[in-house]
Amino acid sequence: MEHFEHELSVLKQRLLVMASYAENAVNRAVEALRNRDDALAQKVKEDDTVLDELEMELDELAIGLLAQAPLASDLRLITVAMKITQNLERVGDEATKIAKRTRELNQEPPLKAASALPQLAERAVRMLRNALDAFVSGNTAAARALVAEDKEVDALNRQILAELEAVMAESPQNIKRCLNLMVVSRSLERVADHAKNVAEEAVYLREAVDIRHSHPSAAPPA
Amino acid sequence: MAEHLTPTIRVAAGLRQGGDAASAAATPLIRIENLSLYYGRAKALSNITLSIPERLVTAFIGPSGCGKSTLLRCLNRMNDLIDNVRIEGRVAIHGHDLYDAKTDVIELRKRVGMVFQKSNPFPKSIYENIAYGLRLRGMRDRRMLDETVERSLRQAALWDEVKDRLHASALGLSGGQQQRVCIARAIAIQPEILLMDEPASALDPLATARIEDLILDLKKEFTIVIVTHNMQQAARISDSTAFFYLGELIEFDATRRLFTNPARKQTEDYVTGRFG
Repeated sequence: MEHFEHELSVLKQRLLVMASYAENAVNRAVEALRNRDDALAQKVKEDDTVLDELEMELDELAIGLLAQAPLASDLRLITVAMKITQNLERVGDEATKIAKRTRELNQEPPLKAASALPQLAERAVRMLRNALDAFVSGNTAAARALVAEDKEVDALNRQILAELEAVMAESPQNIKRCLNLMVVSRSLERVADHAKNVAEEAVYLREAVDIRHSHPSAAPPA
Repeated sequence: MAEHLTPTIRVAAGLRQGGDAASAAATPLIRIENLSLYYGRAKALSNITLSIPERLVTAFIGPSGCGKSTLLRCLNRMNDLIDNVRIEGRVAIHGHDLYDAKTDVIELRKRVGMVFQKSNPFPKSIYENIAYGLRLRGMRDRRMLDETVERSLRQAALWDEVKDRLHASALGLSGGQQQRVCIARAIAIQPEILLMDEPASALDPLATARIEDLILDLKKEFTIVIVTHNMQQAARISDSTAFFYLGELIEFDATRRLFTNPARKQTEDYVTGRFG
């Protein structure tokens, strides 16, 4: 039992390390975009391998724990950790996409378009941070709120895409930059999706209630 | 999630925390009400109330000495064989109280078969192990005996392994095969209920897996109540699980829920191995 407890605590620690890397990757990608910082964008791309390696390491830890046939809250923690790990790895992929498009955008003058993009970036970053906080603290009310917030982020992304389509129609010179900004917007929206997924897992971990594909106010068990 | 459960499991789930949910139960096959059992002055079971649904597997789990085997033995009055045992409360099958003075105990044990931890075949041939109980019930016709022995061995997933040596001693079989002979012997007389007291605890993983597969097949015809120390086994084969501690029923629920999200801290501590 002592050995199992130790392995479980290692899983939790490494998951938190991975979470901080993922959060940092998105923060830096957004900062690189905002400040037109090529060097920082390049760093985000390089650091993505850390998240890939952490994903594999955590999977191995989780499989080793599952082989010991855990039950109840231990079983929930391990399965939740595996799902969160996958989401964090994808968050890293989205950060890398943002960084890549940032470097392409930096090769041309800035385009006055997608005015809501900073707001989208700010919300996606905040959602990811809040989802991870909810997971760590077990605050399921905060986790449920994020599921609702994701719908607002989706709407914001749709608004930005429509705006960029209109700007593209104005001049062929805008097309490349608009396409890059569209990718950035979609990546930020996906970061929010992953944050929502993490939040749903936080609720499952705490309450053993599956709120995926259902209304966020899905009642906790009696 | 609950809408995916069968009505019977929902009945079991309605009995969460050992609460009396008789109104929710359709007609459980076995109904235990306020059952207490004493060995002399020592109270081994305390006010157990539990409904066991028909044609499903119900597992009893808990640490040694928690009363799970004692309760199992109440279901076919095996405790009558122990001196100084006193029972209060009621155990009913189809509404008939087992402890009523009019109950024919021999007839009861035909309806409620039992398989023990250690396989206990008679020192006779494989065939005779199965035919013995049938002859006691008055079956004399050789063809009927042959057919019933074959059917029972097939149901116990043993026929293919022993069909060429039916008249060899059952004691020459492996431990897992001997246990399946005992299961075949128990089901030959067509009981309604099968009680199993740690039926695979002395077997290797392969033989255990065969017994578990067999239990899952048998529940189509029989109501099975199993005592097990192996929680993964309970998780694999049972539909509902009851957790006992110090003679009390702590929690009873659909197995999946009890093993993923137990309602009581004592259950959580026990199933995660953090007990005590």
